[in-house]
Amino acid sequence: MLVTLKVFRFNPDVDKKWHYETYKIEAPETDRILDLLEKVKGHFDGTLSFRRSCAHGVCGSDAMRINGRNQLACKTLVRDLGDKITVEPILGLKVIKDLIVDMEPFFDHYKTVLPFFINNDPLPENGKERLQSPEERARFDETTKCILCACCTTSCPSFWAGETYLGPAALVTAHRFIFDSRDQAASERLKIISETDGVSRCHTVFNCTMACPREIQITKAIGELKLAMITGKLD
Amino acid sequence: MNIHQFDVIIVGAGGSGLMAGLYASRNAKTAVISKLYPTRSHTGAAQGGISAALGNVEEDRIEWHTYDTVKGSDYLGDQEAIEFMCQEAPEAVLELEHMGLPFDRTPEGKISQRPFGGHTNNVTGKPVSRACHAADRTGHMILQTLYQQCLKNNVNFFDEFQVIELLTSNGKASGVVAIELATGELHVFQAKAVIMATGGHGRIFEVTSNAYAYTGDGAALVLRKGIPLEDMEFFQFHPTGIYKLGILITEGVRGDGGVLINGKGERFMPKYAPSVKDLASRDVVSRAIYTEIRAGRGVDGSNFVYLDVRPETVNKFAEIDGRTNPDGTKYTVTGEQILKKLPDIIDFCRVYLGVDPVTQMMPIQPTAHYSMGGIPTNKYGEVIVDDHNTTYPGLYAVGECACVSVHGGNRLGTNSLLDLIVFGKHAGLKAAEYSSRVPFEDLPQNPEANVKNELDGLRQGSGKESVYDIATDMKKVMFDLVGIYRNEKDMQTAIDKIHELQQRYSQVKIVDTGRIFNTELINAWELGNMLQIAEVIAISALNRQESRGGHSREDFPKRDDQNWLKHTLVTKQGKELKISYKPVSITKYQPKERVY
Repeated sequence: MLVTLKVFRFNPDVDKKWHYETYKIEAPETDRILDLLEKVKGHFDGTLSFRRSCAHGVCGSDAMRINGRNQLACKTLVRDLGDKITVEPILGLKVIKDLIVDMEPFFDHYKTVLPFFINNDPLPENGKERLQSPEERARFDETTKCILCACCTTSCPSFWAGETYLGPAALVTAHRFIFDSRDQAASERLKIISETDGVSRCHTVFNCTMACPREIQITKAIGELKLAMITGKLD
Repeated sequence: MNIHQFDVIIVGAGGSGLMAGLYASRNAKTAVISKLYPTRSHTGAAQGGISAALGNVEEDRIEWHTYDTVKGSDYLGDQEAIEFMCQEAPEAVLELEHMGLPFDRTPEGKISQRPFGGHTNNVTGKPVSRACHAADRTGHMILQTLYQQCLKNNVNFFDEFQVIELLTSNGKASGVVAIELATGELHVFQAKAVIMATGGHGRIFEVTSNAYAYTGDGAALVLRKGIPLEDMEFFQFHPTGIYKLGILITEGVRGDGGVLINGKGERFMPKYAPSVKDLASRDVVSRAIYTEIRAGRGVDGSNFVYLDVRPETVNKFAEIDGRTNPDGTKYTVTGEQILKKLPDIIDFCRVYLGVDPVTQMMPIQPTAHYSMGGIPTNKYGEVIVDDHNTTYPGLYAVGECACVSVHGGNRLGTNSLLDLIVFGKHAGLKAAEYSSRVPFEDLPQNPEANVKNELDGLRQGSGKESVYDIATDMKKVMFDLVGIYRNEKDMQTAIDKIHELQQRYSQVKIVDTGRIFNTELINAWELGNMLQIAEVIAISALNRQESRGGHSREDFPKRDDQNWLKHTLVTKQGKELKISYKPVSITKYQPKERVY
């Protein structure tokens, strides 16, 4: 079908202000939005800039606002949207060029929640694995799926209002470790997320859950963090 | 000019680069440079598992893993290196668990394991559960865990820096030059040791499971320095890519009981691999699919077949095959269990195909997946430049860009993740140890001069040719003419076409004159690497007059140990590529016929 693709453009080397460009592209309905952007770059304008790598929704490079919703360009198909498609950068992070935003504040938030496994006990004497039951493993399965694409954080009104809010992605990471039966730093992490810019700024808007391309139940996970913070219990 | 100095520089932040970073940084000032944010690396796309003879669900032995890998490699793998890797495997996997990696668990709480292609109980010949897994996103978990551990240990990162040149001084590695994507500025990194961990180059093929980032940068950089590339004709086509898109469907689907079905509705693998059937090694299964398609037994006469993991199909064939659970009970699955074991695969099929694998069959075709060949190294990641095991001081390579060689002519599923962890660790240790006992080499005069010239060349071409069009043509040439089945005529045509494309490449002119995130410039530069690697692959393949592992010649259909039990080395001298060979290390396992 003939797709009308409207793309947010801003080149800091030459532009004072952003604008939109519109391209008419013949594309099968099975094309990914990423395929359309590649075609624009290849045939219409080599300066169009965007991040991408795996092209099938596991690396998290190409989060964009597509027809007003945060999605991965490689996991959204023309047939999901029809022939009028608008692509813009995700909101709340500074636009550097076209669809590329400054991801540093996002990763900085990730780094504040102690995003690594902590267990200071000696390793099992036989050198084998630390045991964990399938039920204990299932407890945090959902939040291990996160690919740090930022679809959730940049769809959150609390993050738009002030980018010091840790945001859903960092909280998902906190959840992944807090509910891991092998980890020992839950109380430290709960303390970090209980501060002003932590979980209390989540107002259960559910935008993050709607936006997550990995279908993580983010609002539920944040709810579990809030409960753990209040009760001091993890079950 | 920005100048940095580190004892050890690692180029690439996938599994092997991060593992090397973790270990090198314990004893040396280390930095990891990556063209992507580390968590975007292609290790994250690996699905099914990482192999180790832990024996957590049934009996398994390190010797069986070793033999299976040798056999899988079609006897081209170096047996000393394979023994080393399989010996280290249990410890490597347990170390990942100790780092917090969330493996799936057995009822007793141990790391869960599943069967995978080519991994067998050497006594019964039946598939063995050796792949340690975290659902069908094991690579994602490894990448996340290693990145997290690097953060915990304060490893230095330069994210979104594209390395454009390897610097050498007095015949030793002395650093790299990189462009910072966000500013367009050049940075010179002086180092005592450089570890290449840049991944593969599957993007030279039309249908591939590989990320856009897989453009063979590290291999191309090293080749330019007169260092050889080894066994580049051996490229793995994974049997089950999503039709047309090439997105990977893990072998774990077949490990869990899925079967391949042709256009006539028949399960065809028993014809080709009577013993392990759908769980034969990847080269065997990919050729079987192509043979079916060529005989007109693709679906609707087209070039794809089905992968069927619907519970009723799995249960029917499990009964016919007499498959049992480890406790001896009959093996059966439910739709719910399939959903739980393969959530990502089911998601991919729903999104890209509109197909639900629990109730429908998946259309699949072989997809360009993995390079067995690469930069020659020994088991410590030290780069080897000739057939006498002479090392190139200060230069290391690990992961898919390297060739140890543990995969030989064909890699077994789950051995790539193992390769990253085992050799990443040892290269990191070795590079740090080396850097503790040598001084910094002086950098070349104007270290960034070559890079400036090269990038200016791309800005100043005649503009008659486009990067996109040349890349499209290259991918088609490589997939059609240097793909699963090869012959002299096709490969000669491919080489001529690649030379034509290289000529056209010199006419490329990029239109983006900006500094900030000039992705057009980077893509154009990457295309130069891909054309170079494509040429090396085609020439290596044309020269090898036999069929072995992933290299199948229609005009030389048999393996020929008399003449070809040897590794290919391709070296660049001026503009010419020279071919030489070196022997295979054979310890316990004499080559014999390979039957599955």
